[in-house]
Amino acid sequence: MSRRLTIVSQIESIATEQRKQLAPLRDDLALADCGLDSLCFAILVARLEDELGVDPFAASEEPYFPKTLGEFVAFYERQAA
Amino acid sequence: MPSTSARPPDQPCLADLVGARGSLALVAPQETLTADELLATTILGPRRAELSGKSVLVRVAAQALCARAMIELDGCVARLVVVPPDFTSERLRSAAAQAEVDAVVTDDPGLEPGVPLHFCAAPQPAQPLGARRLATQWTLPTSGTTGAPKLVAHGLASLLGAFASSQEPVPVWATFYDIRRYGGLQIFLRACAAGAPLVLSDAQEPLGDFLSRCRAAGVTHISGTPSHWRRLLMSPDARLIDPAYVRLSGEIADRAILETLRAAFPKAKIAHAYASTEAGVGFEVTDGREGFPASLLDDAGPVELRLRGETLHVRSSRTATHYVGRPDLALRDAEGFVDTDDVVERIGDRCFFRGRRAGVINVGGLKAHPEEIEEVINAHREVRMSRVSARRSPLMGDLVVAEIVLDDAGARREPAALQAEILELCRARLARHKVPATIRFVPQLEMLASGKLARRHA
Repeated sequence: MSRRLTIVSQIESIATEQRKQLAPLRDDLALADCGLDSLCFAILVARLEDELGVDPFAASEEPYFPKTLGEFVAFYERQAA
Repeated sequence: MPSTSARPPDQPCLADLVGARGSLALVAPQETLTADELLATTILGPRRAELSGKSVLVRVAAQALCARAMIELDGCVARLVVVPPDFTSERLRSAAAQAEVDAVVTDDPGLEPGVPLHFCAAPQPAQPLGARRLATQWTLPTSGTTGAPKLVAHGLASLLGAFASSQEPVPVWATFYDIRRYGGLQIFLRACAAGAPLVLSDAQEPLGDFLSRCRAAGVTHISGTPSHWRRLLMSPDARLIDPAYVRLSGEIADRAILETLRAAFPKAKIAHAYASTEAGVGFEVTDGREGFPASLLDDAGPVELRLRGETLHVRSSRTATHYVGRPDLALRDAEGFVDTDDVVERIGDRCFFRGRRAGVINVGGLKAHPEEIEEVINAHREVRMSRVSARRSPLMGDLVVAEIVLDDAGARREPAALQAEILELCRARLARHKVPATIRFVPQLEMLASGKLARRHA
């Protein structure tokens, strides 16, 4: 599965579990408006680390938080597993 | 050194107790020691008189040997330091320094405690050592496993204070604990005072062998931690025993383990006790429910319990008196209460243990206790046991994660579906931040030598 598909499917399952209404997942969707709160994002990052073997947030030297879904996916794609 | 105080004439020493009822028997894997043999022999060799009045640490491999040493030395030495066999050399040196130990009684020539070694010898006939006139200070390490060991001081009376000595008919005891840990020492002393046979385990002994010996000895009373009991219930050998009394202590007894034990041993009285090395034995709960009646909090009996802040405080003659060699640490507060560090929540007329204060997980500023989450997970019918811990999260500080051991039926199921089911159970009963972010199914969970689930903060 591509990283993008993995990320999108994890977002969808977390939203279902947490009873969150998701906005349509387009690349330009602002993460702040996607329907997930900070706890959901923390869970997402932990599960992606288990599935992909990388945590770009812990790995990056500079504090960086992507603003859109497209940036979030790109952040993961830049990290080699 | 502790001031060498004389023992009041009305307070028996351990050998007196063993002698008063001649029926004590220690059933070890290779031998059975009777009260007569214990009282008429020495394992301390020809130079044993040199130990009189000294601070002596006992570090031997087998429980039966340690039992012999404890019976021989109580009343003769000023301080008796008892440590478990897995105590590392580093911890041993630290304990020997803190307790100003003069000699280490051992069967291990490789020890380097920094003080003279006094080697155990083969048992030889001997008169008791001296008149046993001292009020020996019993010194035990607390159950913390990180950093330098902390030692607490008890007297034989405070260790014995928890129970009446007459019990009819005399039970036959077994314990999953090592008798060098507080939970096991309680059972050993209980057996000595009651003249009851006690089946001792050996660290290398397979569970099935131990249970077979329990069966052969006709064991009626068995004590262990909830982790010990979960391990037992996972084994087909559990059928070998049919106890009348099942006792749990040392960890939180949740509803799942109490109900599973009731189903496995329908005839047994199932009791969970609250006790710790520092606070002594607090109370025993026998109504089959988790937690304890809130009425105990207002009790003015021999054990006074108070909820202060969020933790349980205990005042009684059974608590330890002080930390040995650490005048900078106060064990009791000005009023004599020991803060147990165990977080308790009162709901109506019942109090529930939530976990250790030191083990709290901080999820974005909200607190979660591993034990309260494990209790919910353990309630799932296909879960044997679980361990909840913190996972560092760059976004929230910590997240809650769970490792779960399934039973046979659970292991056959589709993991994703079972995961979803357990998460749903958690969401129904726990605040959002306490629901595990991830769940991992594992074949087993590590249990420490103390019988407690291995936790990182412990």
